[in-house]
Amino acid sequence: MNEPRTKTPAGPAVAIQGLKVTFGGRVRAVDGVDLTLGRGQAIALIGESGSGKSVTLRAIMRLNPERKSTIEGRILVSGRDVMAMGRRELTALRGREVAMIFQEPLLALDPVYTVGRQIIEAIRQHEGIGAAEARARALQQFERVRIPSPERRLDAYPHEMSGGMRQRAMIALALACNPKVLLADEPTTALDATVQIQILLLLRDLQTELGLSTLFVTHDLGAAVEVADRIAVMYAGRIVEEGSARQVVLNPHHPYTIGLLRSRADGALAKGSRLQTIPGSPPDLANRPPGCPFAPRCFLAEDRCRAGDPPVVDAGPGHRAACWKTDEAARSFQAQRAELSDA
Amino acid sequence: MSTPIASSPTSSRDRGGPGQPLLTVEGLVKHFPVKKGIGGKKAVVRAVDGVDFDIKKGETLGVVGESGCGKSSTARLIMGLTQHDKGEMLFDGERIGSRALPLREFRAQAQMVFQDSYSSLNPRMTIEGSIAFGPRVHGVPRRQAIERARSLLARVGLEPARFAARYPHELSGGQRQRVNIARALALEPRLVVLDEAVSALDKSVEAQVLNLLMDLKQEFDLTYLFISHDLNVVRFICDRVAVMYLGQVVEIGPADTVLADPAHPYTRALLSSMPSMDPDNRTTVAPLAGDPPNPIDPPPGCRFNPRCSLVEDICRSHVPPLAPVDPIHRVACLARQPGSGHSAAPSAEAVAA
Repeated sequence: MNEPRTKTPAGPAVAIQGLKVTFGGRVRAVDGVDLTLGRGQAIALIGESGSGKSVTLRAIMRLNPERKSTIEGRILVSGRDVMAMGRRELTALRGREVAMIFQEPLLALDPVYTVGRQIIEAIRQHEGIGAAEARARALQQFERVRIPSPERRLDAYPHEMSGGMRQRAMIALALACNPKVLLADEPTTALDATVQIQILLLLRDLQTELGLSTLFVTHDLGAAVEVADRIAVMYAGRIVEEGSARQVVLNPHHPYTIGLLRSRADGALAKGSRLQTIPGSPPDLANRPPGCPFAPRCFLAEDRCRAGDPPVVDAGPGHRAACWKTDEAARSFQAQRAELSDA
Repeated sequence: MSTPIASSPTSSRDRGGPGQPLLTVEGLVKHFPVKKGIGGKKAVVRAVDGVDFDIKKGETLGVVGESGCGKSSTARLIMGLTQHDKGEMLFDGERIGSRALPLREFRAQAQMVFQDSYSSLNPRMTIEGSIAFGPRVHGVPRRQAIERARSLLARVGLEPARFAARYPHELSGGQRQRVNIARALALEPRLVVLDEAVSALDKSVEAQVLNLLMDLKQEFDLTYLFISHDLNVVRFICDRVAVMYLGQVVEIGPADTVLADPAHPYTRALLSSMPSMDPDNRTTVAPLAGDPPNPIDPPPGCRFNPRCSLVEDICRSHVPPLAPVDPIHRVACLARQPGSGHSAAPSAEAVAA
């Protein structure tokens, strides 16, 4: 930490309780999310497009369009209620307490200013220090995210940098005011695999180095495994399974998680064999069916799944899944895995 | 009820027989002129810089590599969407654009599916209209073209009664990509070029579309050129793989060999860049540092030398040829070529023995 912080309150970095986000009064994008991000923890929120993962992430910084959306539930950052914050408090929260990195740095960075100037502006905005001092801090940030020849790169415009370099610059900008919580929205999706792995490792290093609490949104299970301690799987606005990365990937208990793992091309039995798919498509969020939102596509669904919400079942220490048939689902997954390793 | 889609059996169009590759690409070159800076000096992007490969009838050839390696440019050159500077392209033994195979005739036999399913459909045309458009241009009567469009829609899993009259914005990404596939098949092509066709789809949808592609290939006797950056998908769907780096093929061979026991250090780096799926065994060191280099000024010698772990002096001065390591597997790396002067190269006797 560069500057002393007035007392760090105990408790989790972020606590989300019963979050519901509705757009235009009709589209329920997030439908009752409970999630706790412990201090120094890294959680990956995974799901397909429209599962509500980015909306959940944005809600933490109140970035969803306020006039078009209705937000219910509670969001606490370091114990303080984000929903109750006024303009001032919110400005202080954004950047200083919680920072965010986006998928496309070219859209997130301002094209007409050099990257260095944008970082310096952010630091001075929050801390009221001199330009020279701010520049030194910006340079330090560039070194921290391992940008080669950082002095020169500070004076580069975003378009003069390569994709990987821009993403590093955006991470530097996000970390400029030493936030405690880092939110990352698909930060490596637009990158080549060879660059993606570098950024994933950088995020992992920074997290340990700075003691950051990280919430990482991705649709890629592999990327989630590389950076996260815990994984929360979202479907149609709900967290359907949450546990440690090991628990979720090696011992999944929700049929949707199992479907995601099975549909990966590397999990196929043999070349030329068919991939196992999840039939159908996600539900219309404006007309949610009653009961479990995954029931219409689930290989284990029965009448009670379509009638009411499934219970949240403990599948192990710190591992939960929202499903009536977690045991059967887990057994089916393990049986197939055994078959695969025999073959 | 519906006309059979594959009305003309492919065998009648087959000229060279099964041994003749469907597509042969030799010494393909495309350089794009660019200006560096405002009023700056001229430079060329060596997008495709001497590419050779062939695609056998009925196989799926995968092309992998980082962005800027020339994989999409190669596809566009093959389709004639961009003019090539140099090189030869033969389709079933005939030069594309020659009198024996005019471009128009070739295009009826080779079709392409793009990554962005939305921008590749006309937003003001119903999907049925889009699918029927190609056949109409090639002289199929309207009624027959529409009928074929509907039977193709049914074949790719979109019920014609519900979907035929819809516009692209009324469909999901996966459904739109199915429409693009149906459109590509409307002219009964023999070669389909799939340029990152499943990359923008969610994983569960991607699996559905991959299954569909495999079924269609069987049913319509297709040959695929499958461009992707996802090595898992390529390993699953492709028979052979070509790895491209800075406008050149650096390794080509059977998918099972190239992606399991790669001969080129670049292929190895690509493979180990894939995120681990094992929480107990996460990646600790990134296999390659930095970003893919700029194809404007490729380094002398082996183009991979600045990022290579096996680099030696010889690599900076000698261009490695794409030479066989076994009859069906070729690699462009001095460390794998007997007598190249690289210290790791196998000795000539060891190879002869």
